[in-house]
Amino acid sequence: MTYTGWILLTASLVGISCGIVGVFLILRKMAMMADAISHTVLLGIVAAYLLTQSLSGIHMVIGAAIAGILTTYFVQWFHSKGIAQDASIGVVFTTLFSIGVILIAKKVGNAHLDVQHALMGEISFVPWNTVHLPLIGEFPLATFMLLLVLTVVIVVIGLFYKEWKLTTFDPALAASLGIPVLGMNYLFMTLVSITTVASFDAVGAIMVVAMLITPAASAYLWTDKLLIMIGLSASFGVISAIIGYYFAVWIDTSISGSMAFATGIIFLISFTCSPKHGALSHIIRPKIRTKGHVQSPN
Amino acid sequence: MSILLSSNFQWVFISTLLLGIAAGLVGCLAYWKKQSLMSDALSHAALPGVVMIFLLFQVKDLFVLMIGASISALLGAFCIMMIKSTTRITEDTAMGMILAVFFGGGIVLLTLVNKTSTGNQAGLNNFIFGQAASMVLSDVMTMSILAVAVIFIVFIGFKEWKLFLFDPNFAKGLNLSVKAMNVVYLLVLVLTIVVGIQAVGVILMSALLIIPPVSARYWTHSFKTMMWLSGIFGGISGAVGTTISALGTGLPTGPFIVVTSGSIFLLSLFFGLKKGLVVESMMQRNKRKEILEQSVSSSFIKEVNR
Repeated sequence: MTYTGWILLTASLVGISCGIVGVFLILRKMAMMADAISHTVLLGIVAAYLLTQSLSGIHMVIGAAIAGILTTYFVQWFHSKGIAQDASIGVVFTTLFSIGVILIAKKVGNAHLDVQHALMGEISFVPWNTVHLPLIGEFPLATFMLLLVLTVVIVVIGLFYKEWKLTTFDPALAASLGIPVLGMNYLFMTLVSITTVASFDAVGAIMVVAMLITPAASAYLWTDKLLIMIGLSASFGVISAIIGYYFAVWIDTSISGSMAFATGIIFLISFTCSPKHGALSHIIRPKIRTKGHVQSPN
Repeated sequence: MSILLSSNFQWVFISTLLLGIAAGLVGCLAYWKKQSLMSDALSHAALPGVVMIFLLFQVKDLFVLMIGASISALLGAFCIMMIKSTTRITEDTAMGMILAVFFGGGIVLLTLVNKTSTGNQAGLNNFIFGQAASMVLSDVMTMSILAVAVIFIVFIGFKEWKLFLFDPNFAKGLNLSVKAMNVVYLLVLVLTIVVGIQAVGVILMSALLIIPPVSARYWTHSFKTMMWLSGIFGGISGAVGTTISALGTGLPTGPFIVVTSGSIFLLSLFFGLKKGLVVESMMQRNKRKEILEQSVSSSFIKEVNR
């Protein structure tokens, strides 16, 4: 495959996996948890690097998953100690992220890991860093990891689809039916963490927030059906990844930044044009309704 | 150590001290408005404004850049409110979106600026993680004056803020316009954020607003004391963080300020007088003993009665 082809494939995989996870994230009203996890994943990666002295994929994924679970745990714990949810999110992630940044600046400044890279990602290097796979041959490592994570996400969400639906929309009912709501919550946060770390190489820590939240929020404006929302969200993710890439190449700028910006454009379109919840329909519909109302007595 | 005696460092030290105090005070307001994460969204949203102003006017003056930052942060706040009030998307989702999309736009512009020769030397990258050492005297002056202005606004309106936060209906009854207060609150919040972005950076500025009030909450139940403590904690974090980062070479300031602040939080969490874990577990133990004694004595009485 060509150089551009690999990049587009990688970015689309980010769009799909983030799009699927993002739907549940915003329906569970945990959008800001994604922001928190995407920051603390940095500490997990740095810690994994300091312990093993290698940047191989599997260590990073484990480190990131642990960091994500710890973040969730700390936030819940502080919340149970009487701090408002959003304040405890703010305390936990800023502190852990700062420790990560300091560790990078002091200990690992010379390695492949630097703050700029971790935050913005560097998708243009993805095709160069390959692994040798049996049967297929040379395959970019980041793309391979994304494929793996996407499979995990689809399997975990597909297998327990009914349970996810129930815990998302009616946690009280789910608990009364004996579904482990808290356990599912931690499982979900693990999914968010591994999705984040897999997307890390491609789009970086902060852009992953855009990929997680914005396509899902745009899809939320178009439909009321969960399955359709997941499909829409994934396709919005892919579309913004592709648009973002070509825009960045056109004006020669940061690819991940322009992908994040493209998700914003798609949201803006959804926000104005969506038939049910869009701004335009808000302007048009009340008139139709009042007209109908006036005529109805006759 | 000699760097600590240089006059440039002392100026920077005072300005981050003032910044910490101002952020601690305003953070208290945000804490009680339950909008801690709003500051996170707005500080990220400030980035494109800074770069845009630089692209348009090619100036490095902190005050001018701050104007750009304020405009884009306010635009971000407006978008969040718009999305929240006209669609069914919740506030936290809207905040996450604005944060990431604005920051993405900022990075796009920043990469463009860094490609030009003048932009590369402007040090706009410092706005991401903060670099107090890169500030010149005029920047320090601007920062200090604005921080003092924020502190002043919070102090003179203390009674009004209290009403506005805890009993808006009563405030309305007293002819205090809640709408106007909301606008003033937003302006003060944005002002604090943009004052801090050069020293602390857009990513971590929110920590300075969020952590000190949460720490202060462990020591007191009174709003006034909480404000004082939060201001003091913020000031200490700013000052200590700046000192540590000045001792090393090329260390970013923001993370050190936040880690100092986080340490104060951990101390408060364990040893805080009102809700701290140590005090709480001691109280629990005393209570348990009391109950045990009571049940022993009552069973004893039962035994005697039998």
